[in-house]
Amino acid sequence: MSLSTLLVLADGRLPSGAHAHSGGVEAAVAAGRVHDLPTLESFLLGRTATTGVVSATFAAATCHALTGPAANPTATPETAVAGPGERVGGARVERVRDLDDGLDARTASPALRAASRAQGRAVLRAATRIWPAGVARTPALGSVHHPTAIGIAAAAAGLEPAQAGLVAVYGGLTGAASAAVRLLGLDPYAVHGLVAALAHECDRVAADAAGRVDDPVDDLPAGSAPLLDVDAEHHATWEVRLFAS
Amino acid sequence: MRPDNGRAVRIGIGGPVGSGKTALVAALCRSLAGDLRLAVVTNDIYTTEDADFLRRAGVLPDERIRAVETGCCPHTAIRDDISANLDAVEDLEDRHAPDLVLVESGGDNLTATFSKGLVDHQIFVVDVAGGDKVPRKGGPGVTTADLLVINKTDLAELVGADLGVMARDAAARRGDLPTVFLSLVGDPAAAPVADWVRARVAAGPAGRSTAAASVPAEPAGRPTVAGSVPAGHEGRPTVAASVPAGHEGRPTVAASVPAGPAGRPTVAAPPGHSHLADSAGAPPGDEPRANRTSLPVPAAATPSDADLLAGPSPATASSGRLDVPTNPADAAPAQAPSGGGTAPVDMSATTDGAG
Repeated sequence: MSLSTLLVLADGRLPSGAHAHSGGVEAAVAAGRVHDLPTLESFLLGRTATTGVVSATFAAATCHALTGPAANPTATPETAVAGPGERVGGARVERVRDLDDGLDARTASPALRAASRAQGRAVLRAATRIWPAGVARTPALGSVHHPTAIGIAAAAAGLEPAQAGLVAVYGGLTGAASAAVRLLGLDPYAVHGLVAALAHECDRVAADAAGRVDDPVDDLPAGSAPLLDVDAEHHATWEVRLFAS
Repeated sequence: MRPDNGRAVRIGIGGPVGSGKTALVAALCRSLAGDLRLAVVTNDIYTTEDADFLRRAGVLPDERIRAVETGCCPHTAIRDDISANLDAVEDLEDRHAPDLVLVESGGDNLTATFSKGLVDHQIFVVDVAGGDKVPRKGGPGVTTADLLVINKTDLAELVGADLGVMARDAAARRGDLPTVFLSLVGDPAAAPVADWVRARVAAGPAGRSTAAASVPAEPAGRPTVAGSVPAGHEGRPTVAASVPAGHEGRPTVAASVPAGPAGRPTVAAPPGHSHLADSAGAPPGDEPRANRTSLPVPAAATPSDADLLAGPSPATASSGRLDVPTNPADAAPAQAPSGGGTAPVDMSATTDGAG
């Protein structure tokens, strides 16, 4: 595990498409629900507690599925941990597919599903170029959701499940906060103050996520914010918008 | 025509808001659709307006046009984080196997350039209504783009823009890189740009040897004419083609001096040479000194990236100086179209470089 590697994957400047997504802030701003620091803080808290938790859990579980010890004690060659350079076996890949299906079920809005898969492609594109050997160990999974892709990227980078979860929840937080700065012209120091104040919450969410990596998909968190879903559907129909989601 | 390494030639088209990028893309689509398979990705800042414009213009089928949202940051989407654009480009390539993908940036500022990870070549479009100081202001777009298009020359008279100043400053900034003057009013096919693009497509995607390109090389020292852009070192044209369009939209000679206010070429071009195609046949050495837009570049003198970034003035390339030549005769290689009242160069504004 390398802290610097964690920073690389968590950096907002990583070319992984994040800058074009507002995490629902653009629609919330247009609806007037987010218009200043206190309303932004509420939005960030709510988003972290719902989408953030789901993203972190599924990213961590995906990373674990690809790198961790087998959940099944009667490990077969397929479920055993793949050594460096070895291909990841079928049961692990199956678990990743199940997790990705679980994300589909937890993402009610078709627009958000499309946005999540677009961001997933972007993260995989980045990881494939940055950690080619690590990604090459995983069979091509096609189009996956954003948290799944973060889990795959974290595994490829040699990170641990808790760190994959942290990248997911922290990225969702900073993406939304940065969009608010751009859309509302809020004081960037004040906004980053909000982000910093949520650091412990991010740590806690990531630690929780790492504690549930072997849970059945159906038992994993499924928090959602109906307004995010409804807003996303409206947002996708706008003629004038700055962000992809 | 399709390059054999499995992807299209990708050309970025950038430039400030309102400089005519989308109109140029539409013109290129009309001009090239007959002989090339095309696809377009647009990056409008706010909306899918550019994509909608192209659809309405009917220049390409819907499925060959993609719009990418850029999250308030058009330059980020073409330079720092190209993932959304690559996604769109590769999807178009997978579906349609185009020969050429044009990536139109959102309207931005003079510092916006495309990543080499996204495009093989880039065109920067400025317009005369933005002010005739724009080429002198430079910036990476003006200085390093593979082709600079100075657009809307038909408006020059109305906005008081001195095309001669723009031509001279562009040459000073860009060295050997070509500049084209364009008026889509007079030349709806954007012929010189379309020809330049054809030559780039013929040469194939970046990374392929340009030696195998089917682009004819011309003898060094001849003014380049649009329509036969020579492939020089690294596939770059060896001489700067500065092709002014007359006010009737008729291209004049390949010279750095655009047509004057009355629409007449101010450089004494023989009548038979008033069209680009004609001037291509002119014997070398016949052109007046003023018609040469840059010094010939020896084949061995491959400029470094730093040279290209610096964009040395052809007249000062040997000294590496970046400033506009101090000799007024060189600074104004031809008569300025607006007459003798134009100061050769405002030296106070050229503070960069060794000067």
